[in-house]
Amino acid sequence: MISLEETKSVNESLIREARPASVPRRKLVENDRDFNWITERVCGIVEGGTPTWWWVCLLVSGFVSLFTVIGTIYLIAAGVGVWGLSNPVNWGWAIVNFVFWIGIGHAGTLISAILCLLKQNWRTSINRAAEAMTIFAVVCAGIFPLIHVGRVWFAWWLFPIPNANEIWPQFRSPLLWDVFAVSTYGTVSLLFWYVGMIPDLATLRDRAKTRIRQVLYGFFAMGWRGSHRHWSNYEMAYLLLAGLATPLVLSVHTIVSFDFAVSLIPGWHTTIFPPYFVAGAIFSGFGMVLTIMLPLRSIYGLHDLITQYHIDCMCKITLATGSMVGYAYAIEFFIAWYGANDFESFAFINRAFGPYAWAYWIMITCNVISPQLFWFRKVRENPAAVWIICIFVNIGMWFERFVIVVTSLSRDFLPTSWGYYSPTVVDIMTYVGTFGIFTFLFLLFLRFLPLMAMAEIKAVTPQADPHHHDQGGSH
Amino acid sequence: MSQEKKYGLIAEFETPGAVMHAAEKVRDEGFKHWDVITPFPVHGMDQAMGLNRSRVPLFTLVGGAIGFFGGMLMIWYMNAYDYPIVVGGKPMFSPMYAFPVSYELTILLAAFGTIIGMFLLNRLPMHYHPAMKHEAVARASDDRFYIIIESTDPRFEVKTATTMLKEIGGQNVTQLED
Repeated sequence: MISLEETKSVNESLIREARPASVPRRKLVENDRDFNWITERVCGIVEGGTPTWWWVCLLVSGFVSLFTVIGTIYLIAAGVGVWGLSNPVNWGWAIVNFVFWIGIGHAGTLISAILCLLKQNWRTSINRAAEAMTIFAVVCAGIFPLIHVGRVWFAWWLFPIPNANEIWPQFRSPLLWDVFAVSTYGTVSLLFWYVGMIPDLATLRDRAKTRIRQVLYGFFAMGWRGSHRHWSNYEMAYLLLAGLATPLVLSVHTIVSFDFAVSLIPGWHTTIFPPYFVAGAIFSGFGMVLTIMLPLRSIYGLHDLITQYHIDCMCKITLATGSMVGYAYAIEFFIAWYGANDFESFAFINRAFGPYAWAYWIMITCNVISPQLFWFRKVRENPAAVWIICIFVNIGMWFERFVIVVTSLSRDFLPTSWGYYSPTVVDIMTYVGTFGIFTFLFLLFLRFLPLMAMAEIKAVTPQADPHHHDQGGSH
Repeated sequence: MSQEKKYGLIAEFETPGAVMHAAEKVRDEGFKHWDVITPFPVHGMDQAMGLNRSRVPLFTLVGGAIGFFGGMLMIWYMNAYDYPIVVGGKPMFSPMYAFPVSYELTILLAAFGTIIGMFLLNRLPMHYHPAMKHEAVARASDDRFYIIIESTDPRFEVKTATTMLKEIGGQNVTQLED
């Protein structure tokens, strides 16, 4: 019999031998910046003078967003006939754009919620901007189904209130599920964004020089003073919101895909749609995050906060989700053949070789081939190459939704009801305008709110660890 | 007399490690009405201050439960009770078709519950607080750490508390006006 003491000493020597060598972790903030440097750098964006390029971009994006405003007014005044919709394609660009924008938003929630639960600390320097992107993308997305209903003045029939004949909305329709999913998504994303921003708004308040800044930042900071008794509840609330946003983001694009999958149209009626839509959404969202963050990083000199490691991580997620999307395309074809349903296999052969083959092959090139370049480190380390690939991803994901919506509808069960859909200038302008709206809102965010989550970045620096200065401490 | 008007004492610390070790000592001295002010959540401070687990999850649970059952009840009332309409031969009510909307409402109301819970437990918004009158405390949202001991604490006594705060490494120990 060996004594307890002996077992302990034997175990310890064993553990010392078996313990793997400590692998150096990639730094999340380069050049050993201190807390004050982080505050100065992030607050400096908001507190410094307004750069000329900001005014130029704001005016241009403001002008472009007028396209959506005018397009929408014209549509409401004249009716949906001003769009290219007609039998059999009654869902055109509006629905394509809606799914595109909602998908863009998903990366923001993924970064802020799922990566938070997975303790991926690299999210801290990009989550604020990505969440802003989510909210503005949902704003752009929300416009389309609203104006697509035709008689917009009846859009309130979608809300759970009785109409003039005391009839309630019909909850058996996936379109109504979509209303709840998207509005919940918008609301929860906004709250999550705001709650995450409260400590940083307090920093801006404490540094504010002018009265108007003190009052406005002070009002929205809710009197936050950094008390640890508050941090304790705050961190719990933040974790719970992350835990709630995770099933939410997975459900939103699932429910969006139900709009298609619950119908009987060949090419829509497939069970692969929910996971495939979610992967595609995250793929397009990361494409957009990189499209936005790479220019911001060089304009504001944020290379120490958004490091090559961050770009690497984002490229790898884009590669992974892009490959999932490519796999889903292949499986769709396989099932169309394996399912031995004539209509289904026709729908897929028609996609690749029918009248819309051009759109299909743009989609394949942009979504399946271009992200594969991220396997190469040389590509990931070249910001210009990453940016260009991400533009391709954005284009490809728009075409994916176009292919799904339009090719399936244009070739129905009966050849007598076949057709070819083309958008009108109103369709195109209304869509282009949403990029103006998105950019306009993002520029305002950039100028008036903290671009990065300062408190969270400080918390992941090495000096934030209370044991940083204890050399060989007992903990 | 003037002492009764004071809110308490504040001491400054330079690093998260320093403030945490100091907090452990304040906790061990048996103080109850005191606080640590930090620019970011310092890992391990909950234990150092002797705080209990946050009660925010209770609010989340209540919100989520109201969302789910409220959603189911709403859909049953609207589509199966108050004005039943047959659509595509589907049942008047089934938890299957009511699920997606109830699921979204669960998340929506749970999120509301979480945020309301956080604000209630933190007594926010509170735009005035004695700690914020102190000039230097503005740095607590940048790179400095503070410990505040309130004069309402039964163990509070200006002289001994000041010495203690100095002993545990606090700098610029000053009194806070109420």
